[in-house]
Amino acid sequence: MRPLRPYLRAIATISSNIMTHSNQASTPLRIAITGATSGLGMALAEAFAARGDAVAFVARDATRVRRVASAIAGSHGIVGDVARKTGIHAIALQISGALGGLDVLVNNASSLGPVPLALLADTECEDFELALATNLLGPFRLTKALLGSLAAAARAGDGAHRSLVVNVTSDAAVTPYPGWGAYGASKAALAQMSRIWHEELGRHGVAVIAVDPGDMDTPLHATAVPDGDPATLKRPRDAAREIVARIDRERQVRNAPSEPELLTSSKERAA
Amino acid sequence: MKAATLPVQRPADARLLVVDAAGRIAHHARADLADVLIPGDLVVANDAATLPASLDGRDVATGAPIEVRLAGRRSIALDDVRVFSAVVFGAGDFRTRTEDRAPPPPLRPGDELALGPLTATIVGPLGHPRLVELSFAGSADAIRAGLARHGRPVQYAHVAEPLALWDVWTRIAAQPVAFEPPSAGFVLDWRLLDHLKRRGIGFATLTHAAGLSSTGDAALDARLPLAEPYLLPATTVDAIRSTQARGDRIVALGTTVVRALEHAAARPGGITAGAGLATNRLGRETRLAVVDALVSGTHEPGSSHHELLRAFVGGAALDRVDGALESGGYRTHEFGDSVLIERSNLKTATLASRLGNERTALPA
Repeated sequence: MRPLRPYLRAIATISSNIMTHSNQASTPLRIAITGATSGLGMALAEAFAARGDAVAFVARDATRVRRVASAIAGSHGIVGDVARKTGIHAIALQISGALGGLDVLVNNASSLGPVPLALLADTECEDFELALATNLLGPFRLTKALLGSLAAAARAGDGAHRSLVVNVTSDAAVTPYPGWGAYGASKAALAQMSRIWHEELGRHGVAVIAVDPGDMDTPLHATAVPDGDPATLKRPRDAAREIVARIDRERQVRNAPSEPELLTSSKERAA
Repeated sequence: MKAATLPVQRPADARLLVVDAAGRIAHHARADLADVLIPGDLVVANDAATLPASLDGRDVATGAPIEVRLAGRRSIALDDVRVFSAVVFGAGDFRTRTEDRAPPPPLRPGDELALGPLTATIVGPLGHPRLVELSFAGSADAIRAGLARHGRPVQYAHVAEPLALWDVWTRIAAQPVAFEPPSAGFVLDWRLLDHLKRRGIGFATLTHAAGLSSTGDAALDARLPLAEPYLLPATTVDAIRSTQARGDRIVALGTTVVRALEHAAARPGGITAGAGLATNRLGRETRLAVVDALVSGTHEPGSSHHELLRAFVGGAALDRVDGALESGGYRTHEFGDSVLIERSNLKTATLASRLGNERTALPA
């Protein structure tokens, strides 16, 4: 709709970004999304870019990053693996450098753990560790590395808007679906980390929420449930629209700080 | 003083030497900084993140190995990541003292440097065989990715183990524009920021592209610090103005903050928000217009950082500070201990405010 705006933002100086960034709802956001070359992450990147926000995204595969970066005009594609500790600051540097600051971080990249899904007793330790590295430690490290940028945006802002960290979680964090042990445990920990961080960072103008987008027709879901019927699943684009609205709402300081979502909807999960 | 050789930002035993406007000296644990400061103070920090500004590679024409240390830039504009000034060394790395480093091969305009995934072209010399202007090829995103992947933090031989970015990013590191860490900010953690809030001490930031602290060459070192771009947010200027109006103190966390604030204040119309390029030198002749106190690392007499302290205190008091640091066994360099120095000619309004509130600069 406004394909030039991200580009114009990109060539704007960091100076004008910080000085004029009044954080009105209509003012473009600076937003970073992990795991954005497919599924919900890509839908979020498209949704934010379409309304003129400045978007940086992170994914592991360089070819896919290039493809998505050229498909989403003005977006900044960053190649990196959030599960790797040693690469986190390189990712953070590229995000804050490309956007000139950061208003919203969406930790969306996720790992199922064992593929195909396995009973916990059959789960290899290494697969569990991968789920924790991607779904818990990755968001912890990246949020920590970008906290300076998020808090700086809140300090420089108009006082009516908070910076926001959105951690994408799952109803598997709440409901003990057999076969979803590594994934569910890692997402439960992510949800609790979100609550604690939200309490600790509120006074610095940074809110942290966990969001469950529901069961979506994504590559991750197809991997977990190969024989599922995509027609019964939510489209990532629809989930993205809901999350964009939630982000706009949560950034308003006047909205009471919300508890991270704890969805209890139970759905059948293949084990 | 002895050098701090471990890259630990907040050692449990870090110390803080405090000098008040009257020249009185006191010793504190640095973790108690928030208690040493006074309610009403405004702490201003540099929130620049540090670039991995050391790039190894080779001169394409001769194949000679080189190390490039990015040293300066004209602005911190978002996409101004192509042209840098840089100090170039020959073979070797940080393990060799900079004073002992081999010179680079002669570099002429148009010469190409291969630096990992990055390619840079020499634009021209900058008045010294080791100091050049160079220009990277590629898009801004590609240059940032190349720096992020290939660059290493600039470091010196007194720290033996190779530094990672997390060693040099402060807890509040935001925009990656500094060439060396604004290391006075190592004192900060979120617990301290909470403590400042509880004590009614303000906190604000600016972003200043701190440059190299040393090149190993006396003639080049004499030119330091090079011009450094900075950005002063409007909310920080507002906080400074209201603090000054109350007669409370502006406490700079680091010498880069002093340089930026005093440069901004010296412009026509006084301190205003926006971008600037600090070209000022701070020392004996400086008349501080903004900063009332400085929290800084400790520095050896003779260094440019040490000279800067003369803007705050007279020679006799500074000699006593140096003596106290020496006899107290304080550690120097970026991971060392700290000093809090209040300017000796504190503004009358500040002194009046202090008396009115029966405050003391040196709580027990």
